[in-house]
Amino acid sequence: MILARGLRKSFGDFEAVKGIDVDVRRGEAFGFLGPNGAGKSSTMRMIASVSPISGGELTILGMDPATHGPTIRGRLGVCPQEDTLDNELNVRDNLFIYGRYFGIPRGEVNSRVDELLEFVQLTDKARSRVEDLSGGMKRRLTIARSLVNRPDLLLLDEPTTGLDPQARHVLWDQLFRLKQAGVTLVITTHYMDEAEQLCDRLVVMDKGLIAAEGSPRQLIEEHSTREVAELRFGIVDEGNIHEQIAEKIGDLGRLEVLPDRILVYSPDGEEVIAKVHERGLEPIAVLVRRSTLEDVFLKLTGRTLVD
Amino acid sequence: MADPTTPPTTPPTTEPTTSPTTEPRGLSLAEGIGRQRDYWWTVFKRTWRGGIISSFFSPLFYVLAMGVLLGGFIEVDPSRLEGATSYLAFIVPGLVVAHALGIAVGETTYPVMGGLKWHKTYWAQAATPLEARHIAGAHLMFVLFRLATACGVFMVVLAPFGVFESWWGPILAFGVQLLTGMAFATVVMGIAVRVRSEEAFGVIFRLGVMPLTLFSGAFFPVSNLGPVMEVLARLTPMWHGVNLSRMLCLDTVDWPVALVNVSVLAAVTAFGWFWAARGLERRLVL
Repeated sequence: MILARGLRKSFGDFEAVKGIDVDVRRGEAFGFLGPNGAGKSSTMRMIASVSPISGGELTILGMDPATHGPTIRGRLGVCPQEDTLDNELNVRDNLFIYGRYFGIPRGEVNSRVDELLEFVQLTDKARSRVEDLSGGMKRRLTIARSLVNRPDLLLLDEPTTGLDPQARHVLWDQLFRLKQAGVTLVITTHYMDEAEQLCDRLVVMDKGLIAAEGSPRQLIEEHSTREVAELRFGIVDEGNIHEQIAEKIGDLGRLEVLPDRILVYSPDGEEVIAKVHERGLEPIAVLVRRSTLEDVFLKLTGRTLVD
Repeated sequence: MADPTTPPTTPPTTEPTTSPTTEPRGLSLAEGIGRQRDYWWTVFKRTWRGGIISSFFSPLFYVLAMGVLLGGFIEVDPSRLEGATSYLAFIVPGLVVAHALGIAVGETTYPVMGGLKWHKTYWAQAATPLEARHIAGAHLMFVLFRLATACGVFMVVLAPFGVFESWWGPILAFGVQLLTGMAFATVVMGIAVRVRSEEAFGVIFRLGVMPLTLFSGAFFPVSNLGPVMEVLARLTPMWHGVNLSRMLCLDTVDWPVALVNVSVLAAVTAFGWFWAARGLERRLVL
């Protein structure tokens, strides 16, 4: 579906994407995980065939976006990071009009709009103005709009950014159902839980490059341990107390020293906690959890995903 | 509420990815514009009521105030009014062109900024098979439609005032009003897709629309401006539109001059169109 080799994007002197290789196969949910400014959205815009590439090769649905942009766009669904709904039109008109841009006959668009409203649970709101919808509803409407041309490939740029937890779960459920139905999804996100929930395979992007690639499980297995012990020692006034503590427990596993806590990577988190106590250290809070993509990112880049 | 256990109501397409069978060129201009007809029709249905005030009542008030009431005080030899038998007959053809100018600029300033910056409708459209030239073209077709309805109604309403000297002249003058409107619409759209802030529009209205309306022969003959200003006024597309509209309405057509008038307006429109389409493409394709 998507084939990129050495793909680059520059804006003047600034290089947003510095040569990445990506393969997305039919029917999979593929993710670009990375912090803001990693080059995810620039990559997405090139894939959406609205932004010309600055270097390398890119093939979408077997076509070159430079020469077949309109044809490719006709077969893509795009859910942009910022809502581009027409606020002054009602929910139904937004979908209907968008379908017409793809040259779909009026009768056909009308029946698809009914289906889509049902799918994103907005049938009751069909006549409401977009302005009056909640953030989650707008997002669902944007997703419905991106499906109006029955796309081969659905691009979702930060689909749940800015939504409350409940709205995120509703959206994830809908995306998951699309995935089950065999729609190829490409998702960018800086939420590791979103990537874990939705993506079959993902690349971790940082500073315009791909830092790692694989399924969420593979990435965690490759780059992290099964468990993580999080140790909090409270607010410290003087010196590098975290550094001093780290020296004492450095042999218990790989450490990440963060401003507010120390992470110890180990197959057995409880054992780490026990040993920490044995050595006379008294953390004010401890937590043992499974490794996540956040830990993978931390190891690969030395930074957290959400600053 | 949809039952969560049922499969999604939107089945995926199942046809295999094939090599392209369509022309790389994309949609024709007419096809691309045609696909946006329903959008602009919806916009029109939503805004036409407000448009009645600005596009019909306000010009009518102008005609009554300036043409009928103020004009009642003006008694001039027709030779000094470019052949008009009354001030009303003199002012009407120019007033409709000035009206066209106002609509053209109004529809290509804030609405264009809205498409790019506030509602972002242009961006949504650019994610579909539509290209910048289709988006600009459809917007301009809507402006043409607005011009046609507003100027058309205006001309029909004015007919009983006895200000037209032939039956065919006003029909051609109507075409000239549309052409003049489009000359400004395309050029102003070219500006609107290039500026980042709506503050630029204040300058367009105050230093563009206002002087063009007042000093391009709509309200008084440009010969009253003095030799230097008269030459400047005659260089503006607005004067060409006003002059041609008036010659046609008053049946005083000087055909070589008319040819120059049409050529200037057509050239400005053609330039404006390419400039606007190119500007929008540069803005949307980053």
